[in-house]
Amino acid sequence: MARAAKPKASDSAPPATPNRERPPEPQRYKASKDELLELYRQMLLIRRFEEKAGQLYGLGLIGGFCHLYIGQEAVAVGLQSALTGGLDSVITGYRDHGHMLAYGIDPKVIMAELTGREAGISHGKGGSMHMFSVDHRFYGGHGIVGAQVSLGTGLAFKHKYAEDGGLCMAYFGDGAANQGQVYESFNMAELWKLPIIFVIENNQYAMGTSVNRSSAEDQLYRRGESFRIPGIQVDGMDVLACRGAGETAAEWVRSGKGPVILEMKTYRYRGHSMSDPAKYRSRDEVQAVREKSDPIDHAARELEKMGVTEAALKDIDKDIRRIVSEAADFAESSPEPPLDELYTDVLVETY
Amino acid sequence: MAIELKMPALSPTMEEGTLAKWLVKAGDIVKSGDILAEIETDKATMEFEAVDEGTIAEILVPEGTDGVKVGTVIATIAGEGEATTPAPAKAGAQEPADQKTEPTPEPHKVETGARKLFEAATHDATVGEAEVPEGTEMVRTTVREALRDAMAEEMRKDERVFVMGEEVAEYQGAYKVTQGLLDEFGPKRVIDTPITEYGFAGVGTGAAMGGLRPIVEFMTFNFAMQAIDHIINSAAKTNYMSGGQMRCPIVFRGPNGAASRVAAQHSQNYGPWYASVPGLIVISPYDAADAKGLLKAAIRSEDPVVFLENELLYGRSFDVPKLDDFVLPIGKARIMKPGKDVTLVSYSIGVGVALEAAEQLAGEGIDAEVIDLRTLRPLDTATVLKSLAKTNRIVVVEEGWPTCSISSEIAAVAMEQGFDDLDAPVLRVTNADVPLPYAANLEKAALIDTARVVEAVKKVCYR
Repeated sequence: MARAAKPKASDSAPPATPNRERPPEPQRYKASKDELLELYRQMLLIRRFEEKAGQLYGLGLIGGFCHLYIGQEAVAVGLQSALTGGLDSVITGYRDHGHMLAYGIDPKVIMAELTGREAGISHGKGGSMHMFSVDHRFYGGHGIVGAQVSLGTGLAFKHKYAEDGGLCMAYFGDGAANQGQVYESFNMAELWKLPIIFVIENNQYAMGTSVNRSSAEDQLYRRGESFRIPGIQVDGMDVLACRGAGETAAEWVRSGKGPVILEMKTYRYRGHSMSDPAKYRSRDEVQAVREKSDPIDHAARELEKMGVTEAALKDIDKDIRRIVSEAADFAESSPEPPLDELYTDVLVETY
Repeated sequence: MAIELKMPALSPTMEEGTLAKWLVKAGDIVKSGDILAEIETDKATMEFEAVDEGTIAEILVPEGTDGVKVGTVIATIAGEGEATTPAPAKAGAQEPADQKTEPTPEPHKVETGARKLFEAATHDATVGEAEVPEGTEMVRTTVREALRDAMAEEMRKDERVFVMGEEVAEYQGAYKVTQGLLDEFGPKRVIDTPITEYGFAGVGTGAAMGGLRPIVEFMTFNFAMQAIDHIINSAAKTNYMSGGQMRCPIVFRGPNGAASRVAAQHSQNYGPWYASVPGLIVISPYDAADAKGLLKAAIRSEDPVVFLENELLYGRSFDVPKLDDFVLPIGKARIMKPGKDVTLVSYSIGVGVALEAAEQLAGEGIDAEVIDLRTLRPLDTATVLKSLAKTNRIVVVEEGWPTCSISSEIAAVAMEQGFDDLDAPVLRVTNADVPLPYAANLEKAALIDTARVVEAVKKVCYR
């Protein structure tokens, strides 16, 4: 399975003579040392945050469903680093902690939402799957598989309608890629040339069903072909490949050429949710990916080659562990929402 | 034997139309499929095609004639070898149709339930609209035009408002409700979608989350079942789930409930479904003034609104106050007719039936108060309970299924909050608890009618 996470170049090459214009093949981003350090830091923040969330779940401090992003960090961090903060919108499904952290949202309010506290970003009323930050133009956090694709298309519609130059990045998984509304959205997005990047995070399992068992066309970047939407397959375990793809896609979309699909080949190390025993794949498979393709290790090795010392990386880790542990303390010690929160925010107005 | 061409019924509720234009003249040879004339209904201009072959013998109704009843013979065709009436040598010299008004056979007109609902929908309120300043000029307006005017006025006021849906732009609306909007506002703001309800409901909802104010038209609410996930899971719940951060100011609108003879999949009242969902506003008006004033309020609301119209009411005319900005409050019922003996509670097309029943009951010495709920969520229980305290009896009239309905809700509210005021059990007059059948007689048996309301009222009045 490690193979699948790192597609051969030939797998993702466009047809020899494309019959319509395509974006250029994305180039791996050439990051400066400081840039890569920042990406590394963000990925590590997500990794440590999710590990802590897993722990708190085990302690009963987090309830319900909790879907961890461990293994997929390079996707959100790489892609979102190519966006214009404060302008471009991001929307995703229920596995949303990573995308929020990558958009600069305070880990404390995310963790406090996980523990269902008043200080949580949704005042404890959304939980793991339903978090939003309109200020950061992060539009959720949606629990219905595939819904974010139509909603994201609507956000892109807004960018075009308002002529604000922004775009929407809508993330969904290989499982959601089989939902009907995804294709309804593809059709309208291309028809109206909406500024949207459809990001398929192909972590290879829709809950317990592998892509091959659920998808007649398992090369998901091709899923837009009948709508004339170009698709690009990207190594989602390489943060700089993700960044490069994000820039190519954003340039295409912003130039008014309509949507683009990025299929990010990635892998989640943990179960679908905390309650998933993951019997559908072998421990060896997971181990092999972790050892050979881990996006954080990968970036660390590259940083070392750029002259960053092991000690410096350790300092970063220490700093992040402190941030995460403060977030956890905050989330544990914050009060639960007062009971009158029960009836607030049902409607905006009073009738 | 000449073939008679009769004024066709081009919609289930069409009774007459305008013969806008003849495209043939006497003496022309026509074959099946040729377009003979253009006929205007209240909804659209339709082309009238030849079915039979032959020569146009005579044009009996000249173009430009208004109010041509369905079934009127408008021309005759002579078949092959038949003598045509001496074809006039000059085109356009047809006899000035001083109406050869030979008794035209009535078209086969079946008595249907929908027709009775439609006919009852001429009944109007007997009390003035409290929200309108005295002396305001009233203009007869169809519900269809009132809805269009509401949208147009709000679109003029607020750049963020746009309309999307199937056939809303170039076709001018499947039921002509969006007529003229494309011309005025252009394709950026009046948007034809593919047939893709789930998709465009999501796109509209996303656009609302992004800060626009979409009006999403469903061709009928039956098709919105494909999109109900976005209406409920995305639009209704997000404000709550986001701790009040993410608003969704959107209006989902379109016809709801039974139309005429369109059978089960096109004839359902979704009022109770949506009214059960916290986070939604649900409005279901009866007359044109409420349609206008409440749609304007819906478009301005910061909350997601499901706005349930009724196809049978679109062509009905009512008084609409001539005001620059006529907006009605959401969540307020309206007393259509005051009374003291029994309270009839209804909404949408049921209001016409309730008013007709009240009229009949008055003749029998029972003075019924008729309440139009207008908004189904939040429900104006105060108005209902106040009326109950006065009359001590309630009959709910609902064009919809009985189980888990608005009627059930009113019954529960009356029992929980008005128990001491009740002198009789609350009765429900609803459609039969079956998918709506096609056959005219069965449809009639399934839909509410005045007789059943009268019967229920007599029961609660122990008469």
